Amino acid sequence: MEFICVDNISFSYDDRDLEKPTKNAVSDFSLSIKKGEFVSLLGHNGCGKSTVAKHLNAMLLPDSGKVYVDGDDTSDEDKTYDIRKKVGLVLQNPDNQLVASIVEEDVAFGPENLGIEPDEIRKRVDEALKTVDMYEYRDHAPYKLSGGQKQRVAIAGILAMQPECIVLDEPTAMLDPNGRSEVMSTLIKLNKEKNMTVVLITHYMEEAVLSDRVVVMDDGRVLTQGTPEEVFSQVELLKKHRLDVPQATELAYKLRGCGIKFEKMPLTADECVAMLEEVLR
Amino acid sequence: MVRDVAFGQFFPGKSLIHRLDPRAKLIMLVAFLVIIFCTFTYPSLLIVILFTVMFILLSGVPAKFYFKSLKVIIFIVIITSVLNMFYGTGTPLFEWGILKITLDGINRAIFVSIRIVCLILASSCLTFTTSPTDLTDAIERLMKPLGKIHFPVHEIAMMMSLALRFVPTLLEETDKITQAQKARGADMESGNIFHRVKAFIPILVPLFVSAFRRAYDLATAMECRCYRGGFGRTRMKVIHMSKRDVLSFAAMGLVICGVIICNILLPAVL
Amino acid sequence: MSNILELENINYVYGVGTPFEKRAVDNVSVSIKKGEFVGIMGHTGSGKSTLVQMLNGLIKPTSGRVLFDGADIWENPKEIRKIRFKVGMVFQYPEYQLFEETVYKDIAFGAINMGKSSDELDRAVRKAAEFSGLKPELLTKSPFDLSGGEKRRAAIAGVIAMDPDVLVLDEPTAGLDPMGRDVLLSQIVQYHNKRKNTVLLVSHSMEDIARVADRIIVMNKSRLVMYDETKKIFSRGSELEKIGLRVPQITKIMLTLKERGYDISDGILTVDDALAEISSLLKKEGKIW
Repeated sequence: MEFICVDNISFSYDDRDLEKPTKNAVSDFSLSIKKGEFVSLLGHNGCGKSTVAKHLNAMLLPDSGKVYVDGDDTSDEDKTYDIRKKVGLVLQNPDNQLVASIVEEDVAFGPENLGIEPDEIRKRVDEALKTVDMYEYRDHAPYKLSGGQKQRVAIAGILAMQPECIVLDEPTAMLDPNGRSEVMSTLIKLNKEKNMTVVLITHYMEEAVLSDRVVVMDDGRVLTQGTPEEVFSQVELLKKHRLDVPQATELAYKLRGCGIKFEKMPLTADECVAMLEEVLR
Repeated sequence: MVRDVAFGQFFPGKSLIHRLDPRAKLIMLVAFLVIIFCTFTYPSLLIVILFTVMFILLSGVPAKFYFKSLKVIIFIVIITSVLNMFYGTGTPLFEWGILKITLDGINRAIFVSIRIVCLILASSCLTFTTSPTDLTDAIERLMKPLGKIHFPVHEIAMMMSLALRFVPTLLEETDKITQAQKARGADMESGNIFHRVKAFIPILVPLFVSAFRRAYDLATAMECRCYRGGFGRTRMKVIHMSKRDVLSFAAMGLVICGVIICNILLPAVL
Repeated sequence: MSNILELENINYVYGVGTPFEKRAVDNVSVSIKKGEFVGIMGHTGSGKSTLVQMLNGLIKPTSGRVLFDGADIWENPKEIRKIRFKVGMVFQYPEYQLFEETVYKDIAFGAINMGKSSDELDRAVRKAAEFSGLKPELLTKSPFDLSGGEKRRAAIAGVIAMDPDVLVLDEPTAGLDPMGRDVLLSQIVQYHNKRKNTVLLVSHSMEDIARVADRIIVMNKSRLVMYDETKKIFSRGSELEKIGLRVPQITKIMLTLKERGYDISDGILTVDDALAEISSLLKKEGKIW
């Protein structure tokens, strides 16, 4: 079932807007996201992927084209808050999206805005914090947490609104490798166990590899899309646009050039080792 | 870098004082601050001291943090008490030239210093045991009647809590920027006043730029979380007055009565 | 070659005597040769950031000595500012330190603090801009009008303009996309090759360090646990993984094959090395010609 439908949108920033990229908006961009899917949007800074993210929860409205969330048009002002409740957006800098001085109070912020009963908020906050494995930090001050922990609190803050889809705009760009893997395993858990629809915007191909579907963006358009295997097999196309390819895939690709045949392109180290062993045996 | 600013920090806990209604704490603090300055006799001063010690013990926050919050103002306490010592009237006990110390002066010094210390301790107790969110929440609720005359109570409370949330973040940022500018040879330690003020520009400009960037991000994040002002908003933590609060008010009432009675019955020292 | 920097039994303790007391650097001794490109890796909180801030006297070690060119930098604490011009330090997210009206003025800030004459200054600024890949027409713009990548270059140029003998970079590629990261890294290598100075690069990215460093320092829990040539460090893949550091994927693949008994040399760092290695194996077995 189609949950989000982005239908041929174009968007350009007003020159006067605080955010600068005027040229780097999206043009004729279409995308559809099914319920329960884990989609990665991969591309360089300024390729328009963050602009797309902000269209998914009505933070931005397209200049032309339409975005539908669960059948509702995002440009319908009466639906704005319904849409934001259904599609939660997590931003890049974890420091700048936490509003309260105590972890659990921050997580409560969303449901409080929705006017939910106090007891119910308490339940949701506890559940959300447990889901992201931050329950024992509930009465800590956010500024004392590590980057990965802060970002997980931010995710909990969205989860407490009980959205159907969570969109993350480069959530790991400012984190160290540990923080990145914490956030990634949280997302995978959400997707697999809670069947949450996840849209991950990233420029790390290691992260995109973990999703069901990768959409590669360049210059405001879709460059290519498909399963991680389909996308990363196109080594030349990705290299041409100076995007990373997993080293495992690159090695297999180059070996293929030497006349070695593989059935399937490896994405991870383990897959690559297995494949090489088969060839070398 | 670890900063040891104890004043204004919050220590989560489950003590009796932690569990009091923040509104009750706020009202009691104000009442207590007034009564501190209405002590004119030693017994009443003693009541105030005992009461201060009592809530420090009840708060469950280690005493060393209270000492730390005093460290910041110890200088002010000493200066004011010394000044007061020389401003007494009556017959001098000691005399050096124009400086003379009278019994009255000593009394003044004792009263002033103890009053300031109790004032800081009482305020620290409030901030140590009340989360900034609760505190601003309490202020918002206490000021609610003002909303009727279109006073932006919710907005002010929200601004206060956001400001408190970002204090540590911006302090850390200041540290980082200072180190970065020092690495480029910025000299902040020498030169005259004019020089030193100028030396802060390389720190202030990036700090402001960053604060605006954060504010912009924060606004986006708040909108993403369906924030649309105070209208229709509920709170997770419902604060309501309980038996505990009533009892605390009663205790505070006793203190006030005690101080007043002492003041009436005994001759004022000041 | 002689040592440009030497650390002798360096310790650093934060907040001595407070409840927050924490040993950030624990008895570290290390010497860095003139002209080397040294990578420093370790977790957040492993003490690497504290360590590098002691190299230019931003932090004074609790005990131990820091020697620059054989002389103790804390010999005369009043002169400590001078060492900062010799050991240039680029912090993480350096673009947040920009403050001047124009990019030119901002790059010049450090050089002016050094007391360079105006002729020298102009040359230093333009050269630094070129080294860091900043187009000359950007020099007259406000630093706040630059793109993220350009801002970062401008900030790095500000340190390069002081023409330091040692350049320390703390996570210079953090937050950049793969393209920005590649370009910036090549720029740093180019600068190092031309200027022949010593570069210390702190990074979480094993791939980056593997690409550029001659030698690597590995920090773990406030201690220096390894200091060796890049290849040798990466051949100790399982030890690195034990302290929670990830080796590049390609290194991992080749190490696993080696463990399983294939004849593969140690410390393979790039896909091309791996390709050469595998194809020579295959040739031996006659599977390809």
